[in-house]
This record gives sequence, C-alpha cells and structure tokens, in this order.
Amino acid sequence: MNIVDRIWNSSLGKKYLMALTGGALFVFLIGHLVGNLQVFGPPELINGYAHFLKSKPLLLWGARLGLLACVALHIASAVTLAQLNAAARPQPYATPGAYGASKASQYMLPTGIVIASFIVYHLAHFTALLPGVNGVGDFSKLTTTLHGETVPDVYAMMVLGLQVKWVCAFYLVAQALLFMHLSHGLAAMFQSLGFRDHVWWPRIECFAKAASIALLIGYSIIPVAICLKLVGSDYVERKKYDLKAANPQPAPAFVAAQGKEAK
Amino acid sequence: MKVTLKVWRQKNRNSSGSFKTYESPELNGNMSFLEMLDVVNEQLATRGEEPIAFDHDCREGICGTCSLVIDGKPHGPHKGIATCQTYMRSFKDGDEIVVEPFRAKAFPLIKDLVCDRKSFDRIQHAGGFITVRTGAAPDANSIPVPKPDADLAMDAAQCIGCGACVAACKNASAMLFVAAKISHLGLMPQGQPERYKRAKAMVDQMDEEGFGACTVTGSCEAVCPKEISLDFIARMNRDYGVALLRGDPKTIKGGGAG
Ligand code: HEM
Ligand code: SF4
Ligand code: FES
Repeated sequence: MNIVDRIWNSSLGKKYLMALTGGALFVFLIGHLVGNLQVFGPPELINGYAHFLKSKPLLLWGARLGLLACVALHIASAVTLAQLNAAARPQPYATPGAYGASKASQYMLPTGIVIASFIVYHLAHFTALLPGVNGVGDFSKLTTTLHGETVPDVYAMMVLGLQVKWVCAFYLVAQALLFMHLSHGLAAMFQSLGFRDHVWWPRIECFAKAASIALLIGYSIIPVAICLKLVGSDYVERKKYDLKAANPQPAPAFVAAQGKEAK
Repeated sequence: MKVTLKVWRQKNRNSSGSFKTYESPELNGNMSFLEMLDVVNEQLATRGEEPIAFDHDCREGICGTCSLVIDGKPHGPHKGIATCQTYMRSFKDGDEIVVEPFRAKAFPLIKDLVCDRKSFDRIQHAGGFITVRTGAAPDANSIPVPKPDADLAMDAAQCIGCGACVAACKNASAMLFVAAKISHLGLMPQGQPERYKRAKAMVDQMDEEGFGACTVTGSCEAVCPKEISLDFIARMNRDYGVALLRGDPKTIKGGGAG
C-alpha cells in the first residue's frame, strides 16, 4: 500500500490528519485574528491591510486553497472517524457513560459542525459578499480611497455587517463553540501526534486552555464592540447612504447630522 | 444490607435482551461485588430460575477476567481496582444498582453479562510478543535495562487485558490496551528489533477488529483498574507514525539460510 492509503485506511493515520490539519487551522486563526484586530485602529489600517492581501493574488489564493484543503481533510477524517466510532458500539448503555470525559471531548463533532456552518456563512458574508445573507445590502458597493486608489472599504463592511444583532449573535455562538472545540482539540492534537509525557501533559493542557481563551476573547471583542456601537458607528452612518445609492455620492444628510451633533 | 439489582439478561448472542430487576437477600458489606452476585444466583437457582452469567476467575484483580459496567462505570465506583475488588460496603443499603455487560462491536455478547474478548487475544497474536531463540534461558542480567525504562515498561505491563478501557470509551476504542502492550515491549531492549513492525501489526489488527478511534476523552484511563496512563497512547502514536512512514519492510529474495 502506498503512504496515502496507509494513512487513510488506518484509524491512527486519520488521527494524525485531524491533528495536523487542526493545527494548521489553529495557526491560521492566530494570523486571522491579528489581521482582524486592526479594526480597532483607524479605518485606513485594516483597509490598507486588506488591500495589501488582495495585491498578492498568488499568496492569497495559495493560502485560501491550502486552508480549504485543511478544512476538507479535517472534516472528511472527522466524519469517517465518527462513523467508525459509532459503529464500534452498536448497542448503547442504559446508563450515562463516558465516565471522566470532559464535555468538550464528547462534543467535538457537534461543535465542529457548527463551526463548519459558521465558516460557510462567514465566507458568504465577508468573502463572497453575497448581499442576501448579511441583512444590510450589497457590501461590494462599499469603497473608499486609499493613497489615491479606490479600494474596498473593509472597515465599513465589518462595522455594518456586525452591527446586525442576529449576525453578531451567530458570530458569538460560533466563537463559544470554537473555544470548546479548541480547549480540548489543541491538547488532543499533541497526544495524537505523540507529543506527550507526564511532565509535558499538564503544560500542554494549560497551553490549550490559554490559547483557546485568548482566541475566544480576541475574536469576541470585535463583534461585541461593533454591536455596542463602540467602533466605527459614526464612520458608517455615511456608508449606509452609499449602500442605498446606485452611485455613491457624498451624503448631504450625513453632513447635516454631523453639524447637529457638533452643537 | 440489601440492594436492588437491575441486571441485563440475554439468553444468547442472537436473542434480544432486557433489564430484569432482582432484590438481593441480606448481604454482608464485606462481600465482594461478585460474591454478592453469587448469593443472588444461589437464590435464583433455588427458585428454579436461570442464574445470572458473569465472568470471573482470580477474584484478586490480576487476571482481567471480571468485567461488568456498574452504574455506568466499568469495574464499579472506585479508582484503580477491578470489579472483583469492589465491595458491597461501597454501596448503601437499599441502593438500586444497574449492571450491564461491556458493550462493543468487537466484544460480542455471549450471555447476560459475559462478552467475548478474544479480539484482544488476536491483537496480541498480531505482535504482542518478542521473537527469541530457543535454548536455555539467557542470564537475567545479561542485557542491561535503564531503570527509568524498566519502570515505565513495568507500568505498561500492569495491563491485565480486561477491556474496561473499551467499555468506558464513548468510541469503544481499544487504544489504551494496545498502547500498553506496544509500550511494554517497545520500552525493553529485547523488544527493539520488532518495535515498529509490532506497532503497525497490532494497531492494524485493532482496526480490523472494529474498535473505534481515540478522541482523547480520558475515560479509559479513569476506569482502568491498573491506572494505565494515556501517555502510553502517545508513545504508540509515535511508534505507529514511524512505521507508517517507513512502510512495509521489503522482502529479500533468497536471503538468510533459505
Ligand atoms: C477553525 C476550524 C477548526 C480548528 C482550528 C480545529 C481544530 C481541531 C483540533 C486541533 C483537533 C484535535 C485533533 C486531534 O484530536 O488530534 C480537532 C478535532 C476534531 N475536529 Fe476540529 N477544528 C476546526 C474545525 C472543525 C470542523 C469544521 C469540524 C467539522 C466537522 C471539526 C471536527 C472535529 C472533530 C470531530 C474532532 C475530533 C476528532 C476525533 O478525535 O475523533 N473541526 N479539531
Ligand atoms: S488498559 Fe486498563 S482497562 Fe484497558 S485492558 Fe488494560 S488493564 Fe484493562
Ligand atoms: S476476576 Fe481476575 S481481575 Fe477480577
């Protein structure tokens, strides 16, 4: 058997795949968070960052395809392993089982499935910019000028997008379940790859908790701050007008409103 | 003391089973759980009913024959002991105790609380041994073993092959048992020549038997009567990973004495 078959046809081989792809996705999550946290700076910061990414199509598409492959492999091994596991106990116990197992470790598949549906939504929301899913309008109309160039206004898109209460709520639910997934998964990853002994295991568990909490906080403060109108709400008032107009024009109403506030 | 037992009764593999409730006669708290079942069975026999079938042998926690899932936990309420070392004093007078067999596809039920754990034997046959030359036994101290390795190998060798790890795991995974066996031999100098081949063969046999995979829930370690550590699963994962990358050994034509 060649190596691909050997890995795919073995329970442990699939565990290595889960762990490696999960680890790669975790590394991406860190980078993605650092990128997103720039929304707390001036609009030019994150818009410049987004423009920088878009200006490197090879890098961008390489990363996108790599991530997609990781997600696909992670899900494919998760689902096949879950089938294997279900088949291994055809008759359930009458008493609650899974003695001594944490809730997070028992619900890896359900939390994963919600995360997967979030990923689909998130891509439709902010990557494919499907107007139907965001509850606001056509985000592709949001543009701004950066160093004399017309670029997509990612800042306004994030603020407008996450000001919608149910969207914000879904983002937060997904983050909570991602936290659950990672609080167990990050530690399990080391075990699956064989990095564990009695000295390192407590440290690994500590790392898994700390990293998953850090990601939870980092990713949650963005929608929360935006939904509470702590970030960019003044900036997007004007953009709402742009969204409705066919050709974005400076909005007189916005200028008037600003004048009122200044009094 | 007296207890109420809710016990799984099933005539044979092909019939369907169900729980039956039995009131125990007056018990002594210092009876073991198995002695309690003996007493209940005596009562059943005198009433002309079929006694409850359950597995047991040494009754001192060393053979791995006793099983039972007692109130949802294999080997009963305590940590680090087998069912045969569980005493009735651990229960209260009037308790209802639910007793189920170990449940796993790879442990098909034979009758009542007895299941067939030969899948473990087949895993052992696949690689849980070392190949030695015949002849006189070698001198015990001719191969030096580093003390930490000897200790760790001893910890792994504690596994009595009871299958509680499988019974407890939500995935009915046998990883803890297989890891203990692989590590026990893989830590010793005598086990080195076949170390990776052994890991590959035993894990592949485990998969073939229909056990689930590991989700690192830790239930196995929590119920193991010998407190085998999950660390050994990591060790198995390392050895199997090496074996996987190396692939099957190439056979040499016309080599050796052949
Ligand atoms: C950003 C996304 C994700 C990250 C960072 C991530 C990370 C991880 C990590 C590190 C593990 C531990 C691997 C191991 O046990 O060795 C894991 C396990 C798991 N993941 Fe994910 N995951 C993600 C998304 C998903 C999705 C979308 C699913 C959907 C089905 C999923 C399902 C699972 C399951 C079922 C397990 C446990 C597998 C098992 O142990 O049997 N994950 N994940
Ligand atoms: S690892 Fe523990 S629970 Fe599993 S078979 Fe060995 S002794 Fe029993
Ligand atoms: S009967 Fe031998 S270990 Fe319990």
